[in-house]
Amino acid sequence: MQTVTYQRASTVNEAIALLSDGGENARVLAGGTDIIVQARERARTVDSFVDIKHIPELMTFNYNTSDGLSVGAATPVYLLYNDNDIQTHYPALVEAITVIGGTAIQGRASLGGNLCNSSPAGDSLTSMMALGAIANIAGPNGERDVAVSEFFTGPGRNILDLGEFVVAISFATPPANSGAAWQRFIPRNEMDIAVVNCGSYVQLDGEIVTDARIALGAVAATPIMVPAAAEALIGRQITDETISAAAEASYEAATPIADMRGSVKQRKHLSKVLTQRTLDIAVERARG
Amino acid sequence: MARFVLKTNINGEEREFLADERDSLLDALRERAGLMGAKEGCNNGNCGACAVVLDGRLVNSCCVMAAEVDNSEITTIEGLAEPDSLHPLQETFLENAALQCGICTPGFLMSAKALLDSNPNPTEHEIRWWLAGNLCRCTGYDKIIRAVQDAAERINS
Repeated sequence: MQTVTYQRASTVNEAIALLSDGGENARVLAGGTDIIVQARERARTVDSFVDIKHIPELMTFNYNTSDGLSVGAATPVYLLYNDNDIQTHYPALVEAITVIGGTAIQGRASLGGNLCNSSPAGDSLTSMMALGAIANIAGPNGERDVAVSEFFTGPGRNILDLGEFVVAISFATPPANSGAAWQRFIPRNEMDIAVVNCGSYVQLDGEIVTDARIALGAVAATPIMVPAAAEALIGRQITDETISAAAEASYEAATPIADMRGSVKQRKHLSKVLTQRTLDIAVERARG
Repeated sequence: MARFVLKTNINGEEREFLADERDSLLDALRERAGLMGAKEGCNNGNCGACAVVLDGRLVNSCCVMAAEVDNSEITTIEGLAEPDSLHPLQETFLENAALQCGICTPGFLMSAKALLDSNPNPTEHEIRWWLAGNLCRCTGYDKIIRAVQDAAERINS
């Protein structure tokens, strides 16, 4: 481990001050399942950890039908997937966070951590993007909200400025006749990084699609939205043909690299298959 | 090298010892507190050999900073057995030969105990899913699964 100091923040303002004073190598410590390993392996330079888990609102979540869901950025994901409201209203989120690492990782890993680690393959990211989630950010210049889909600037990089950190992630209440689903492909059953992952969301009026969002992970330098896939659906009747057209748009939008997890050809193919499969489930959920 | 006094409850005992700000919880347990049960396998959160229970929740101690656990409650493998008898999981791991080299075993036992504490009668699928974050390169897992099933039966009877 590199030389590092540890500081505990008990309020949002205290965390902003510690992060601002600490400079760019002061890092937020939530569940630590990525940043501690990266500090040890020197994948990121860390001078100080600012522990945000003692800020009460960072470790809780609230759901109600008018405001939707707000998740404190450091809340461990097992608390989320064990919650009845989240299971009922946000199954696409549960599908993603139940496969992040194993049981011991899920006891610590958080949505805020997954977001700020900004891996192109991060599993919760494409789920949050399909659900239209918003990152609530606090910093020296006040608060701002940024869509998760606008958060990433490159592998491991994002729009956060010095002294800023993610306080919460907000999800709207799912509208009537809407549904979402999330899937990933890995060569084993669990404990692996996605070859491709995909989140899909649709809202229906009868059999006509009124809104749609499709997000793909591990096929570009950041997780991406696929607007062409949404356009292939919106305003059209939901049929196997329109879903195939959306899947084809995902195939075209994917610009993956080849690495030990998969080839370009396989990842493009998976983008199509996972778009189709998640849309099938999202539509089923939207029909209720 | 910044040392600090770490006060924590380990296996029901109040402990106070010097740790380094760079220490993970695993480093602190093994090198400062003298508890060598939790093992370093991968040191990056993949293998589960360092699993302990921190404030009631299973975690990989290599992915926790020691400085975080001030005033916490920790249960390690050393706290599993009774003074004069093994935990049922330890008995059934032995009976099923659910270990060979033994490096992964403390992590499997802590993880399996956390499972049975929250779900006393798990299906085989639930056991395999829960233990997915514990890697064993010797047994092929089936004996471990059978040991957990036997322990559940023994505890419930």
